[in-house]
Amino acid sequence: MPRLLTAIAVLAVALVGCGDDGTEALTVYSGRSETLVAPLIAQFEEETGIQVAVRYAGSTELAATILEEGGNSPADVFFAQDPASLGAVSGAGLFDRLAAETLELSRPDFSDGEGSWVGISGRARVLVYSTESVTELPMDRDDLLDAAWKGRIGIAPGNGSFLSFVAASILLDGENATRAWLEGLAANDPVRFDGNSAIVAAVDSGEIDVGLVNHYYLLRLLDEKGSSTAANHFFDAGGAAALVMPAGAGMLASSNNKDAATEFIEFLLSSDAQAYYASETFEYPLVPGIAASDALPPLDSLDAPEIDLGELGAALDRATELVSEAGLL
Amino acid sequence: MTEPVGLLEAPLESARPPRPPSPGRTPRFLWVAAAFVLVPVVAPLVVLAAKVVGAGGDAWSVAFSERTGRLLVQTIGLTAAVTTGALVIGTATAWLTVRSDLKGRRVWSVLVALPLVIPSYVLALVLLSAFGNDGVVTGALGFLGVDSLPSIAGSFGAWLALVITTYPFVHLIASAALRRIDPGLTDAARSLGASPLAAFRTAVLPQLRPALAAGGLLAALYTLSDFGAVSLMRFDAFTRAIYAQYQGRLDRTPAAVLAMILIALVLVILMIEQRSRGKGRAYTPRPSRTPTQVTMRPAMRGLATGFLGIVTLVGFVLPIVVLVGWLLRSDTVSLEWSAAFGSLWVSVAAAMLAMAAAIPVAVLVVRHRSRLSIAMDRAIHSVFALPHIAVALAMVFLAVNYLGPLYQGFAVLIITYVALFLPQASGAARGSLEQIDPSVEEASRGLGRSALATIGVVTVPLMSKGLAAGGALVFLTTMKELPATLLLRPTGFDTLAVDIWSAASEGLFGLAAAPALLLIVVSAVPMYLLVTRSYER
Repeated sequence: MPRLLTAIAVLAVALVGCGDDGTEALTVYSGRSETLVAPLIAQFEEETGIQVAVRYAGSTELAATILEEGGNSPADVFFAQDPASLGAVSGAGLFDRLAAETLELSRPDFSDGEGSWVGISGRARVLVYSTESVTELPMDRDDLLDAAWKGRIGIAPGNGSFLSFVAASILLDGENATRAWLEGLAANDPVRFDGNSAIVAAVDSGEIDVGLVNHYYLLRLLDEKGSSTAANHFFDAGGAAALVMPAGAGMLASSNNKDAATEFIEFLLSSDAQAYYASETFEYPLVPGIAASDALPPLDSLDAPEIDLGELGAALDRATELVSEAGLL
Repeated sequence: MTEPVGLLEAPLESARPPRPPSPGRTPRFLWVAAAFVLVPVVAPLVVLAAKVVGAGGDAWSVAFSERTGRLLVQTIGLTAAVTTGALVIGTATAWLTVRSDLKGRRVWSVLVALPLVIPSYVLALVLLSAFGNDGVVTGALGFLGVDSLPSIAGSFGAWLALVITTYPFVHLIASAALRRIDPGLTDAARSLGASPLAAFRTAVLPQLRPALAAGGLLAALYTLSDFGAVSLMRFDAFTRAIYAQYQGRLDRTPAAVLAMILIALVLVILMIEQRSRGKGRAYTPRPSRTPTQVTMRPAMRGLATGFLGIVTLVGFVLPIVVLVGWLLRSDTVSLEWSAAFGSLWVSVAAAMLAMAAAIPVAVLVVRHRSRLSIAMDRAIHSVFALPHIAVALAMVFLAVNYLGPLYQGFAVLIITYVALFLPQASGAARGSLEQIDPSVEEASRGLGRSALATIGVVTVPLMSKGLAAGGALVFLTTMKELPATLLLRPTGFDTLAVDIWSAASEGLFGLAAAPALLLIVVSAVPMYLLVTRSYER
């Protein structure tokens, strides 16, 4: 028994001491899901020999975490699925400016104008719908407020992409119009999900009829299942609902591992990684010369709203407030 | 005696009259040790409260918003409904397996307790799948021409999942009580012509009331705390809203305010319970003779067997069938061994640390009872009842602002587990310490050993059985823990629970099968042993 006691004591001491593991791994906060990103990380580790520790969570949650951590953030790179989360961090002055060589790898119209984060892959907001139960498609998002859609719409209100869309709506149409739309949506009893893939799965299974999601989740489902009764509808009215936004990455100013961080971001813009987005995740590559999936309409043919992506971050907090006030979050 | 699963440990109450405190002052090192234990229990709550108070008007506007009111109504409504359901089912299963003359009732008694080993979030995702379009239940109803069922998600699904998770607590506590109840009263009622039901209502139920109150309280606290099932069922309870606010907002104040309100709600319930406790006990301490089994009519027997069958089917068979089905259907077994190993080692670490922390707590509470040690015991027990998501959120605030290098480290995660689950270890340790005659320790002191050495050489070995049982409980509870792990896990660290959660929240049910089955297998055996042990007492 004394031996057990000693063991317990040793362990207790060891536990308190193991908060910091001391290795110089690159720490990435990833708002992109593990299923999408893990293969890329593995490839990066293999090619460079740099160890990567990834913290997976929602983009907004990670942005809030970085804001709370401030200058003490353990993160070196923030890889987010939406420009608003990136903008929130850059707005607080927590990103370093990226080098010109890094920035010019990607399309400037999908990166921050100030150069504090760079676009990695493009994603379009769409309405996924069931071809079995939906005969008349809505022209734009206002049509979804019709009582005919009550209880039939799926949304992921805590998801960075949805919140970016709301932030875009604030910039384009103003706060009042956005609030009115969110309240109208809430009155239509939308079904709330944690993420986009669950929405697409629910449309596919017939649980709901339509969902506000990003375009590629359906393509991933099709890739897995072979066929689906669900289809994507690209809004063509050019409003916030047709937002095309990049997933992007930035380097934390507090990082003490900046060379590895830059190397990681440039790896995400390498032709291998970009081809991975096109063929595996079905997003739009943003490096010129890499083709998107054949199943998609060309990126430049989409009727996206004119918007300065760098400004989305400033509207994010207001967007989360409006969504919450409408009772959706 | 400790309750069957150690989850309801009445602070400082034992059937035996308390022994007079041992002579001599309380050694100072005991208080130092207790202070070390108490700090991680209390500090996060202080930080959370400071955060809420510091937010001033913003906090008020969240607290008194219409949305918060709605959350309150929904949460309390669900809690009441689940508690009622658990009480009805748990009392029925307990009576049928203890007092009726049903065949195989001992086997049934184990079978109906089995849902204990299935975490609520696993149950929720199994139900979602089983009642979905490609689900087992939908398929089984196919011959009736049913090809789809209304979605189970929402209030009904959350209720069902939580009733299945909580009725075993009522079942175990009520079974133990039924075994202690003097059957004389029932026999008298029956011989005076009362029907079995009337005899149960008039003679058994009043004696059972304290046990049912305990079981009901447990079900209610569990429901208020549950995060996984309500989230997967998309039911707007407080815990889900706290996590949604934490995830979806840049400002963490609203999450903190909601967490504070939920904590206050639980504390109010605990206070009410504390006040009402100890009034009107109807127990006879020991039955005058062993209970006779109540004879049921054949029709009733069939009905009862059917009932137990359905409960077992939905609560245990269905989940296992669905999970195994997923496993067989997916081409690759997607089990992350790192997650399995992660679960295992943090649970072992939490159990060991909890056992270490339980020693000074148990010794103080049993051997040096004072107002202070009673207050300490209450504080520890109160944190145990608090929703993990709220405590974890408080811990995040504490760690990011004050703990520097420990932030996002294993130490914070494991200490949080210990803060949450300590009463399981200290309660069990206390139980065995109460049965040790203090004269053994006094003899050791009299022979010249120091107080510290006496605890190490005499006290701890004597209560090691209780400590070990408590440690096992902490291990099991840590294995299943979800919300605190989600918020506090170190970067790159996964557990089985987190894997199940990530797969389920992305709608990839198949990926959840292997980790869920492994989690059940690992926790099933020790849980089963602990349960059957409590039956033998």
